[in-house]
Amino acid sequence: MRITLHIWRQPNAQTPGKMVRYEVPNVNQEMSFLEMLDVLNEDLIGKGEEPVAFDHDCREGICGMCGAMVNGMAHGPLPATTLCQLHMRHFKDGDVLYVEPWRAKAFPVVKDLVVDRSAFDRIIAAGGYVSVSTGSAPDGNAVLVPKEDADRAMDAAACIGCGACVATCPNAAAALFTGAKIAHLGLLPQGQPERDSRATAMVAQAAAEGFGSCTNIGECEAVCPKEIKLEVIARMNRDFIRAAWSGRYTSAHK
Amino acid sequence: MELNSKSPDGPIETRWERHRFHLKLVNPANKRKYTILMVGTGLAGGSAAASLGELGYNVKCFCFQDSPRRAHSIAAQGGINAAKNYHNDGDSVYRLFYDTVKGGDFRARESNVYRLAQISVNIIDQCVAQGVPFAREYSGYLDNRSFGGAQVSRTFYARGQTGQQLLLGAYQALERQVGAGQVQMFPRTEMLDLIVVDGRARGIVTRNLMTGKIETHFGDAVVLGTGGYGNLFYLSTNAKGSNATAIWRAHKRGALFANPCFTQIHPTCIPVSGDYQSKLTLMSESLRNDGRVWVPKNGGDKREPNAIPEADRDYYLERRYPSFGNLVPRDVASRNAKAVCDDGRGVGESGLAVYLDFRDAIQRLGEHTIKERYGNLFDMYERITGENPYKVPMRIYPAIHYTMGGLWVDYNLMSTIPGLYVVGEANFSDHGANRLGASALMQGLADGYFVLPNTIGDYLASNKFDSIDAGHAAVREAEGKVNDTIRRLLGAKGTRSVDSYHRELGKILWEYCGMARTAEGLKTALNEIPALREQFWRDVRVLGNGEELNQSLEKAGRVADFFELAELMCLDALERNESCGGHFREEYQTPDGEAARDDEHYSYAAAWEFTGVGKSPVLHKEPLNFEYVHPTQRSYK
Repeated sequence: MRITLHIWRQPNAQTPGKMVRYEVPNVNQEMSFLEMLDVLNEDLIGKGEEPVAFDHDCREGICGMCGAMVNGMAHGPLPATTLCQLHMRHFKDGDVLYVEPWRAKAFPVVKDLVVDRSAFDRIIAAGGYVSVSTGSAPDGNAVLVPKEDADRAMDAAACIGCGACVATCPNAAAALFTGAKIAHLGLLPQGQPERDSRATAMVAQAAAEGFGSCTNIGECEAVCPKEIKLEVIARMNRDFIRAAWSGRYTSAHK
Repeated sequence: MELNSKSPDGPIETRWERHRFHLKLVNPANKRKYTILMVGTGLAGGSAAASLGELGYNVKCFCFQDSPRRAHSIAAQGGINAAKNYHNDGDSVYRLFYDTVKGGDFRARESNVYRLAQISVNIIDQCVAQGVPFAREYSGYLDNRSFGGAQVSRTFYARGQTGQQLLLGAYQALERQVGAGQVQMFPRTEMLDLIVVDGRARGIVTRNLMTGKIETHFGDAVVLGTGGYGNLFYLSTNAKGSNATAIWRAHKRGALFANPCFTQIHPTCIPVSGDYQSKLTLMSESLRNDGRVWVPKNGGDKREPNAIPEADRDYYLERRYPSFGNLVPRDVASRNAKAVCDDGRGVGESGLAVYLDFRDAIQRLGEHTIKERYGNLFDMYERITGENPYKVPMRIYPAIHYTMGGLWVDYNLMSTIPGLYVVGEANFSDHGANRLGASALMQGLADGYFVLPNTIGDYLASNKFDSIDAGHAAVREAEGKVNDTIRRLLGAKGTRSVDSYHRELGKILWEYCGMARTAEGLKTALNEIPALREQFWRDVRVLGNGEELNQSLEKAGRVADFFELAELMCLDALERNESCGGHFREEYQTPDGEAARDDEHYSYAAAWEFTGVGKSPVLHKEPLNFEYVHPTQRSYK
């Protein structure tokens, strides 16, 4: 089948970008979306034009490196699917697709479809962990975890850090991402001692990075390739308020 | 060069403990005076960087991805082994040790494997404490499942995303150290050379992938945790960016490369669908717990799988290996899949696939249970193939998945270059000629959390380190070489893309150095690879420049290294005149088609020394002694 692409081309962060039209006449329906971009890129290289830069790595939907807006939808039209797992059988001959990078103040464009998501790492560094140095752990079965809690923690922990939630949010909020980690660790007994400080520090870092605030629109949940639920944002808010009222969190914590 | 494995002797149960006692220590106040360069942030690299930071060392940590959380360990699905014996089913440290030595077809170092089995139990504890959401029973206790090559349930898992959850645990520990200022993180930064000063690893040359800037970093030791080289084959289950550049360039600086021909073909991957295919996707081995592998009894049976009655199906693994059945090790399962397809009984459009059928398991356990166990894998399969595996059997075929070979390391995980350590899949250490399922995660984390942090101090405490000047001749030489390579790649201005060369190399390797190898085929490959390599350097087309993000240039450098490593792999396969584990030479098989090892002549690790591109490398042998598990023909019947 034949697909017409309008792709955002931007040589670097300093130079303004623009949409450029490409025709891909030989798309096979078994191809993934990224394989279609591979085919386009091979064609461009053949013509002596620079290929489209896009981030990708595992191509199994788990590393979280790929992602783009396809016709205004983060990771394209299929629910619970990263761009690398979106196959062309979901499109039809003659379709016209607009492909753009994630757009958010905290995710500056590096080149074409590639953006800088290092803000996410800094949110995790602010408190998205359990402080257990190697060697100090008790036996794995010393602390029991009810299956329901472990399952819900796993639901939240499935986040791949792709940034689709931010890209789709009209406020460019990182609430789903931040909430997912706060919920994952807050649901487990191992995460309790630092629950207050974690919520406070991570929320503060997200704000400092220039992400917006959550206004409960819910678009993030709709596009999340791992189906992280809005409930994690409720947990984040509750933990944040709990921390503020508990008095246990002091500035001595980072 | 004599290879000293530094492997302790005496009773195997206490080797690691006694060895650790004899290692020198760096006192806590002095640790901050040392800088360690850590390349790679997967399970091994990430856990090592975090643990070294916790100990108080200054760590500079590098990865080519945009975040350390992307490392390909994240894609491991099935689980991680540990000899906890929580199920009272006869497991023990000794049994895990035994299974691993046997599973590796008696080509691993006993001391290392025993230590790995011992440490396995600490890993689970550590990960649970970090908040890794392992699967639980209703009682709240940790759940387990069984995996190929084992008859006990010792595999811990987090749905089908165990690698993801373990990696995020290590990543979070790493970010904690970044937040504390103990680790400095350099994402989107690729190591392009090793700096060796006075015979010791003292630094690396890197390229900032965003700006193209070539930089040098100095330290007192360098650790490589950069993963395996499966992408040599172009189509593999590895991530697209996975590469061998760091280990290969360290090899060219003097680190011996061991057992390059020991590559693992995973039996359960989604088959190739066309020429545009960019990678292959694994379906976790855990599926073989409940899925039954079969092909039609008769070649040319084109009926829909569900229309083929029981009598016309050949459950060939259950038939040939009644005691292990569908849970035979990966190399055995892969070779059998190839055999039935070669026999004309393969299924699907290409005839290069076998069925993995869940019909009976769904009848026995209900769709709900199967969904709970494998839901995300089934979803992934359907997303890729458009078929519903709850209704029709999956089609699977073997694909390159893991590489047991890697840089040679001693018991301390140090390579033949003093001060250069290698952890995880990047080294050759623990899996011999075949890795058992759920053992890669175990080894990566054992190396990173528990082995390296103990052994590296001995080297630091035993040596004096002068500061390195950026103007040092060795530094300038390494930098110059990197710039030169980049200029050559950009300057070729040829006609063909990097990918087209990579695909062609992959085809040669899959044909001649894949699931079955022959002396004749390997010789053909050894003729074709250098010719293609020369053409590549003359004719490759890399557009753009070196001063900004340039993904073609990144790939070009990696593929250039793949060409050289591919040649060594074929040479190693040709030199090893036996079949063992993942290395199957058609000339050496038992009458019923199983691998025929030659312990008399090949019971060694082959460690190769680089002598120049296109020149014959020198083979060094580390003899392997088996004091505890005596080599026998592996039998899974």
